[in-house]
Amino acid sequence: MSKQTNDNGSASVKTGGIKMMKVAPYIFTAPFVIYFLAFFVYPITETFWTSLCQQVGFAPPKYAGLANYKLLIDDYFVMAVQNSALYTFFTCLILVPLPLFLAVLLDSKYVVKPEIFKSALFIPALTSVVMAGLFFRYAFSSNEAALMNSVIGFFGIPAQGWLEKRVTTWIVLIVFCVWKWLGVNIVYYLSALQTIPKDLYEAATIDGANAWQRFTFITVPCVKPTIIYVLTISIYGGFSMFAEAFTLFNSARTPGDIGATIVSYIYAQGFNRNNFGIASAAGISLLAGVLIINIIQLSITDPVGKNDE
Amino acid sequence: MTKKNLLLTILATSVIAVFAIIALMPFFFLFISSFKAGSEMIRNGLQFKFDFQNYNLANYALIKTERDGIYLKWYLNSIIIMIIQVGAGLFFSSLVGYGLAKYKFRGRNIIFILVLMVMMVPVEILILPLYKEINSFKMIDTYAGVVLPFIVPATGIFFFRQFCSGLPTEIMESGRIDGCSEFGIFFKLMMPIMLPAYGAMTILLAMGSWNSMVWPMIVLRTSEMQTLPIGLQSLLTPYGNNYDLLLSGAVMSVIPIMIIFLLNQKTFIAGMSAGSVKG
Repeated sequence: MSKQTNDNGSASVKTGGIKMMKVAPYIFTAPFVIYFLAFFVYPITETFWTSLCQQVGFAPPKYAGLANYKLLIDDYFVMAVQNSALYTFFTCLILVPLPLFLAVLLDSKYVVKPEIFKSALFIPALTSVVMAGLFFRYAFSSNEAALMNSVIGFFGIPAQGWLEKRVTTWIVLIVFCVWKWLGVNIVYYLSALQTIPKDLYEAATIDGANAWQRFTFITVPCVKPTIIYVLTISIYGGFSMFAEAFTLFNSARTPGDIGATIVSYIYAQGFNRNNFGIASAAGISLLAGVLIINIIQLSITDPVGKNDE
Repeated sequence: MTKKNLLLTILATSVIAVFAIIALMPFFFLFISSFKAGSEMIRNGLQFKFDFQNYNLANYALIKTERDGIYLKWYLNSIIIMIIQVGAGLFFSSLVGYGLAKYKFRGRNIIFILVLMVMMVPVEILILPLYKEINSFKMIDTYAGVVLPFIVPATGIFFFRQFCSGLPTEIMESGRIDGCSEFGIFFKLMMPIMLPAYGAMTILLAMGSWNSMVWPMIVLRTSEMQTLPIGLQSLLTPYGNNYDLLLSGAVMSVIPIMIIFLLNQKTFIAGMSAGSVKG
């Protein structure tokens, strides 16, 4: 094809090329569009419809208006929403700046054997959540000699029943999450740092910029798309957190619902109680909430990049 | 000057080392525990106490003997699913991400916003309708049923799109002048400079596939078809020597994903300016 247009002279190269250039992006993006219709639009529509129906088990659904949404607002759901929101807030607070700082350290010439540390820091992400859940459950065991209790005992703090109280449960979950995702975010930042031309730093050093100035005026603007990416996945990951709490308690329900997240609420309603209508209503509410956050975030950070052009 | 450098080196290395030790701690403690009866960990929690004379390999023998080696079947299932999911996921998400980053066309921003939408919707919301859909395709209890709803990963598209935005457009221009088709440009010129992104994405997709639990738990019904995380999770019942296999099985389950990580690590943190347009 390309050879043929070559032989036909420069005029047809141009028109043929431009035609191809117009069609090509649609072919490139077609897999997503097909996927989107089949595995996103269809299930979302189905969920929305189910949320308006009274349906228990696989019995035929009956239209019930907003009844499911009214049933939704109970203490358990409010607790789940609060838990998910706080969890997302604290994990973003830690998981956006800390890995950038560590990545910059790893990328500087001051760390001995950085390759070994990069691997070590990434290993938590490779470990399955089942294995990690096992560790955190028994490291934060209420036994006085268990790992975490002996660490805080060293500082004179009495032993805690970590997974019995709400505040300590969420401390465990946030530690769990930071432990698991720190290495992944470091890798995102590291691969972004590689794309910054080294002569930028040299020029800045010659101009008398100190380390902090080089960081704020070169590193941060250059890795800004990655910072946005990390923030984005941290928010979505935070709100959809489920597997961590599930493996920590080995159930979607926890004593007193202290470990409830929005998704564990959906799972418990849908799969443990077969309340598909309420589960779908909770799902649609979560969708609406995340959409609002997303719109706010899009307008602040502009990841589509309209302002760059 | 050199004294200052030495001080900085010690400081920076020890900060990183502290985080690295914390990162490795769970792995270390579970590895140690896998040489002891599982019931001991359940009773006492994990402790800073090592009685090496009591350690044995009994838990590891269960890998082959327990229920005719069901653990090894889970292992194989996990590997097959991971290969399909990562291969297809890399191909599709790099294609779409590149298209979104490197062409200006009507609908580009809309498609990108749809990608963001898919990213932010937790899969768990869609599980019930997806289950009905996969059921109507007669794909329950098959590999295809596990893979199909996640074959075009939105996070991958986002990542490749961000990555490709930073690549020089001059390469595409020169490709066109040399008479390459648009697809030739992608496959022959752009793919090679996208290698660091492929390296990173291979690891991330492989991780997601290897450790995914909720969706496979719903699609894969029979014990013979299950993957490692579901199989291991199903051992979390306090009967028989389940906890013993759980410990050794959890330790063994890290090996393949670790190999993939170590193999790809060099490509994806390697310098990526090499080979692309300079100046």
